[in-house]
Amino acid sequence: MDFALKKHEQDIVKAAREFSRKEFPNVAEQSDRNEEFIPGLWRKACELGFVGLFVDEDYGGAGYGFQEHCLIAEEFCAADGGLGAAILANTFAGALFHLFGTREQKARFLPPWISGEITLALAVPESGAGSDILSLSSTAVKEGENWVVHGEKTHVFSGHTADYMVVLTLTNPEASNPDSRYSFLLVPARNPEVETRKMRGKLGMRAAETARVIFSGTRVPADHLVGTQGQGLLELVELYAVIYATLAAMGVGVSRAAYEEGIRYTKQRVAFGASIFSLPATKAKLEAMATMIKAARNLYCEAAWSIDRGVKDASLPAMAKHYAAQAALFCADEALQMHGGYGYFEEYRIQRLYRDAKVIEMWGGGKDMDERMMASALR
Amino acid sequence: MDFALTENQRRIREKARAFALREIAPVSRASDLEETYPRQVWQKACEEGLVGIFIPREYGGQGLGFLELALVSEELSRIDMGIGLSILAATFGSENILFFGREEQKKRYLPLLTSGQAVSAGAYTEPDAGSDVAGIQTSAVREGNEYTVNGSKMFITHGKVCRWMVVLCVTHPEEKKRHRRQSMILVESDRKGVEANPLKGKMGIRASETTEISFSDVHVPCENVIGEEQNGFYQLMHFFDITRTMVAAQGVGLAQGALGEALHYLDDKTAGGKPLREDQRIQFQLAEMATMVELARTITYRAAWQVDQGVPDPALNAMAKYYSAETAVKVSGIALNLCAQWGPEAFYDEFALQKLYRDAKILEIYEGTKEVEKITIARRLR
Repeated sequence: MDFALKKHEQDIVKAAREFSRKEFPNVAEQSDRNEEFIPGLWRKACELGFVGLFVDEDYGGAGYGFQEHCLIAEEFCAADGGLGAAILANTFAGALFHLFGTREQKARFLPPWISGEITLALAVPESGAGSDILSLSSTAVKEGENWVVHGEKTHVFSGHTADYMVVLTLTNPEASNPDSRYSFLLVPARNPEVETRKMRGKLGMRAAETARVIFSGTRVPADHLVGTQGQGLLELVELYAVIYATLAAMGVGVSRAAYEEGIRYTKQRVAFGASIFSLPATKAKLEAMATMIKAARNLYCEAAWSIDRGVKDASLPAMAKHYAAQAALFCADEALQMHGGYGYFEEYRIQRLYRDAKVIEMWGGGKDMDERMMASALR
Repeated sequence: MDFALTENQRRIREKARAFALREIAPVSRASDLEETYPRQVWQKACEEGLVGIFIPREYGGQGLGFLELALVSEELSRIDMGIGLSILAATFGSENILFFGREEQKKRYLPLLTSGQAVSAGAYTEPDAGSDVAGIQTSAVREGNEYTVNGSKMFITHGKVCRWMVVLCVTHPEEKKRHRRQSMILVESDRKGVEANPLKGKMGIRASETTEISFSDVHVPCENVIGEEQNGFYQLMHFFDITRTMVAAQGVGLAQGALGEALHYLDDKTAGGKPLREDQRIQFQLAEMATMVELARTITYRAAWQVDQGVPDPALNAMAKYYSAETAVKVSGIALNLCAQWGPEAFYDEFALQKLYRDAKILEIYEGTKEVEKITIARRLR
């Protein structure tokens, strides 16, 4: 066992930290308030190699793993939750290609995605279906050489700006096993047959734009099915292992930012004749925060490490995500508390972190997916 | 021991509940989004007799107690704590007049509050002194029959809309005892040198007006002192000891509202053909939430009841506010997450629980942070 970061991992952390600390802070508050991403940031992140570095070198990636990807996720969200989330949510569909795409699909879509020429969105949730995955009702029916897609997806990250969308659809409704009824379809999104509407009013991670997407008879060529027909749900669980490991790392980033804000503020705020940092109750909270951050980081590192070793067990990423969410909630809550009334106002970064932390907890595949992911741990 | 509410208490609770549903609910979302002070709702609340109910009848109130006030606070906060605060805090600061003021001050000021002619404010917190109230810097220097007030106050509810504010000032800076340097002075907001700036961008209770106030050479007659000179700190502690029961009740109401929203949302949802409400994971969380709400309510009512019996218990009041505030934060947080596990709409502000979650956190900060409440409790443990 070796807990030290390797040389290349240290370099990645350093580069991600430099990039995000330089680019995020001065636009973070405005992005949060306006619920708008800074499009140029995605391009810059791509140019610097932060996107899709888990992809094989043959397809334009760095041939690293999800561990390196997660280290970047932590650093980005430590600089700003919303901007970090905006970039990372745009990597999930790429991960799906990486995991399940054919050679042709990878060769065609991954290199331009990694270099920032195209964007890919992942469209899974539906209004009213929530986490009951088996009640997702968007359908794709084969007509000649095309799939014809009908349905409405919601809360799709970058749904209104993406060039392509990977959409989970009901393709085999007659299959006797309900888990064998879904498939992922790649839908060219700049298409009059795809209607999108930007959604507003998110609690946190507001720089990560989301949209409602409506397919009314959208035609997709037959070779745009990603993965195996009918295996969409199993693939989704595997993809969620990656997503949850990433969310865990993002949660650690948010936790760390809250902790740093807590230290910074308590050191400068004087009450009862001394800095509130010097109060034993403050130190006890900061110690608890530091402990949770460390534990959450170790857990996501192990989760990502196991994914990179091909372990097909989603329970570790699920544990990592849940623990990191608790860490983020705890750290943001306590750090806001340390700010007193100031923490309740948007000029103070901790208010944003408090809202972002809650989103880490809420974000995921929902209760149904969590139970599927955790099932393997309960043997 | 009798835990039942009286007929009259039930009536005032029903009145507050009906008012909240009728007048507050329809404007709740817009007031939150636009951060607008709901003047009309406040006026209607005055007409309905929901403002300053604890003020004795001879001063225009209804002569009810703090338990009745808690019931009103709970019901308003159940629907919208921010708008509720605009009603509950319309008398804020003037409780000091009732507790410590001279007869003529009570007669002059209190009836204006209940009749909807004026709103008041309590100006204690400063940019550099919150929990450490005795650390305030705003000075009031006496010359003849006048005080000259200089300084600034922070996070003052109703600083802009109020007709007057009760300001904690340092009047005796040379006094050795740190807690004997302050006095409470009523400052009319139209006096020259008073400037209030609304503070925007709160996470929650966005309908409630929060301001920053500066006093530059504001001349105030000495008769505007409330209570005794040099007794300001102790008067303020008493003020908090009493009014905290109203804030505790806000937490009860918000938590109850959050639980109600979750139940309402989950009620008709099913998973794999089974109603969600039969899922044990969800059932247990709902049971935990309901238990916390009931405990918060019980301790709050008891604390308020003791105030009305003339035996207020500062530690109990602090416990009630601390526990209720924490309950509001926890219950709204669990409720929001439960719903998010079910539908992505929970992330957006059309979903009422999102606002409840943003609103809740202020309860652990204002009217004494929970840390101050823990200090209050711990000091009295024997």
